[in-house]
Amino acid sequence: MASSMLSLGSTSLLPREINKDKLKLRTSGSNPFLKAKSISRVTMSVAVKPSRFEGITMAPPDPILGVSEAFKADTNELKLNLGVGAYRTEELQPYVLNVVKKAENLMLERGDNKEYLPIEGLAAFNKATAELLFGAGHPVIKEQKVATIQGLSGTGSLRLAAALIERYFPGAKVLISAPTWGNHKNIFNDAKVPWSEYRYYDPKTIGLDFEGMIADIKEAPEGSFILLHGCAHNPTGIDPTPEQWVQIADVIQEKNHIPFFDVAYQGFASGSLDEDAASVRLFAERGMEFFVAQSYSKNLGLYAERIGAINVVCSSADAATRVKSQLKRIARPMYSNPPVHGARIVANVVGDATMFNEWKAEMEMMAGRIKTVRQKLYDSLVSKDKSGKDWSFILKQIGMFSFTGLNKAQSDNMTNKWHVYMTKDGRISLAGLSMAKCEYLADAIIDSYHNALLYWETPIEL
Amino acid sequence: MKTNQFSSSSSSSPSDRRIGALLRHLTAETDADRVSSVFASPTSGGTGGSVFAHLVQAPEDPILGVTVAYNKDPSPIKLNLGVGAYRTEEGKPLVLNVVRKAEQQLVNDRSRIKEYLPIVGLGEFNKLSAKLILGADSPAIRENRVTTVECLSGTGSLRVGGEFLARHYHQKTIYIPQPTWGNHPKIFTLAGLSVKTYRYYDPSTRGLNFQGLLEDLGAAPQGSIVLLHACAHNPTGVDPTLEQWEQIRKLMRSKGLMPFFDSAYQGFASGSLDTDAKPIRMFVADGGELLVAQSYAKNMGLYGERVGALSIVCKAADVAGRVESQLKLVIRPMYSNPPIHGASIVAVILRDRNLFNEWTLELKAMADRIISMRKQLFEALRSRGTPGDWTHIIKQIGMFTFTGLNPAQVAFMTKEYHIYMTSDGRISMAGLSSKTVPHLADAIHAVVTKAV
Repeated sequence: MASSMLSLGSTSLLPREINKDKLKLRTSGSNPFLKAKSISRVTMSVAVKPSRFEGITMAPPDPILGVSEAFKADTNELKLNLGVGAYRTEELQPYVLNVVKKAENLMLERGDNKEYLPIEGLAAFNKATAELLFGAGHPVIKEQKVATIQGLSGTGSLRLAAALIERYFPGAKVLISAPTWGNHKNIFNDAKVPWSEYRYYDPKTIGLDFEGMIADIKEAPEGSFILLHGCAHNPTGIDPTPEQWVQIADVIQEKNHIPFFDVAYQGFASGSLDEDAASVRLFAERGMEFFVAQSYSKNLGLYAERIGAINVVCSSADAATRVKSQLKRIARPMYSNPPVHGARIVANVVGDATMFNEWKAEMEMMAGRIKTVRQKLYDSLVSKDKSGKDWSFILKQIGMFSFTGLNKAQSDNMTNKWHVYMTKDGRISLAGLSMAKCEYLADAIIDSYHNALLYWETPIEL
Repeated sequence: MKTNQFSSSSSSSPSDRRIGALLRHLTAETDADRVSSVFASPTSGGTGGSVFAHLVQAPEDPILGVTVAYNKDPSPIKLNLGVGAYRTEEGKPLVLNVVRKAEQQLVNDRSRIKEYLPIVGLGEFNKLSAKLILGADSPAIRENRVTTVECLSGTGSLRVGGEFLARHYHQKTIYIPQPTWGNHPKIFTLAGLSVKTYRYYDPSTRGLNFQGLLEDLGAAPQGSIVLLHACAHNPTGVDPTLEQWEQIRKLMRSKGLMPFFDSAYQGFASGSLDTDAKPIRMFVADGGELLVAQSYAKNMGLYGERVGALSIVCKAADVAGRVESQLKLVIRPMYSNPPIHGASIVAVILRDRNLFNEWTLELKAMADRIISMRKQLFEALRSRGTPGDWTHIIKQIGMFTFTGLNPAQVAFMTKEYHIYMTSDGRISMAGLSSKTVPHLADAIHAVVTKAV
């Protein structure tokens, strides 16, 4: 503690009262300043000056990551962690894909070196990732109209794009869905890009407020950026239908807006890489210019390796070259060049036909487990809830998350009474749910929905 | 409907905004890059044109661009002395044995998972990194006054530290040595600090301009931030002596200047981890505060894994706790949490006594080979009777030598001898071998003796 530094064997000593003779007498041995070779007035005055960081306040904990902390602290054996979006097996264990282990073994056997990647990342990865997104034979790829830079997973890729927007489209706004992933706002705030919300979630239907969404996109100033979740919307799990995507593309084109896709779940939502890329490919068909941030955290289980990409589809190869060069200028003073390990894993998996097929199978398995657990939850709710409430919204949602429609008070009841950990917006991660726990969860949801007002005094918004 | 503070209520057209961007860039006083890099095309965008029409091609990064140019050269005698990446005597990249062992251990460990690290990174890595740079018996560590966060190598550590200071420190100016690594000014400018320089290199002696350094730091406003290269100054290879470091420390503490150490070569410069960390430990020993950015790119050969750490030594433990919480707010919107692979390798090596010892031997071998290259180059020039005093080659330390050659001379060496280096005359000794020293000596001899 700070006080121990000043304890030279007695209590408060002002710097000017200290002289070298006094110091020599107090050979406590444990005092670092008596050990230092040159003890001068300058040294002592350094020690007693206050910290330059004294005025810094404690920042609040991250709302999403904080849920796991609380879960860890709970000793109740019924506890269930439906907070963070990381896939869990039926045994509720983290999962490293077999194909990833294979790739890592291969990489070690081959003795790959660890030289710096170019600023734009691993070329083989960049090629593979763009092809996965658009399809290998797609015109935008053949005509070299896509600028692809390896980024630090989804967050890092979004941040590069945000910085590009700030620099080259000053004053342009990004429209984000209400609600959206909590970190989106932080990214645009730190990048100093203005944002506003477009209506998305309708609490009355626990579905999409499509009219509100279209109206708000239409009303935005021409040339705004529209942040869209490519599939498996986070946190609601509510995606537009294919017909709705067409209308969204129409209004965006009409207003000369620039679409900005966040694709964190390609292959993980439906189980099919192509199906989950349909929205992005629709926009590419239109010949539009747009951004796509990709992440391999969930679909390849590479969470901690931080592997993703920012793709910018341009109207010409020349524009793509220039855009790529400017993205590099943003990356260099941020981290110089991206980490090689995750990029190599992806490139190896995608580049080998056998491993690629194995990956697709494992992805189908993960997506399949989530769909199965979703169905079981629905079935449990329907069989246990006698009120006649329509729970079918759960089956209409897709991906890792489900928006339960529970409000804050009800969500608190889930945690306080039932030891079910989730985020306060009513989001549960189905990836953290096992078949074995579905009935328990159904009980908790039914109780919280109907009775939370009786248990807790916080008013509920209807 | 929510918006943030950057949103304005007026709706301007895209072409208006692009003209605005052009005006803004033309009237900007700093960063000449921005002026040259914006071209507004008011009629572009909308139907037919590109919304990116106003983006021009950025020039290649001056340092990394050297390798790009080298790769394009078909000459069989080409030599890459650009980027600071270690090469063996055979001219090959090196992955340390101890790193391979650590990786094997990681791959064999079936319990390993790839879950997100905390925002501050791998805890064990952070603790071990702090001990490595500050010393295992550091009072600052014992007293819990240090916060250490895993970052993306040296660059990432500097950027996160810079962003933190720009938000929370009362003085927004950082002084960097003249010259310094080319990426430093860009990192700190984008972090939100204003960048000034202090005199460092003396071309006439090819050594340290100590008087100028003391004068410039002495004239800096109270509390200013000062970037210090912990050892093996990049690009000059000129380091202060310990006596000079002590004077720097006294001066800085008397003016409340905040030290921000860049430690990219611990163990790689002299061959000794403790020797290379001495200047930092001197500053910690006086009880004051400082920041240090650590990189494992060179000393563990983990370049592409992007492993590093930012440590902030504070006056008190509770301050360190609050500082850490604010560092997390910088990191989360930048990349959420750092990559696990490189940090795991470092942790395996640092925590195991045998692997650690093996590492120190491999590190010394790399440092020794570089010192040997210095001697060989010096001898080669001496034996050729190349005019001039070349003792700086053996006096300078670390990966780089500041040859003293000017850009025109550098261009000549590239064109005629296919030798690639940065235009400031910096050569990477790590890229030399006994076989290629004669070629380099010939080139230097030629450029120095040729009629201008």
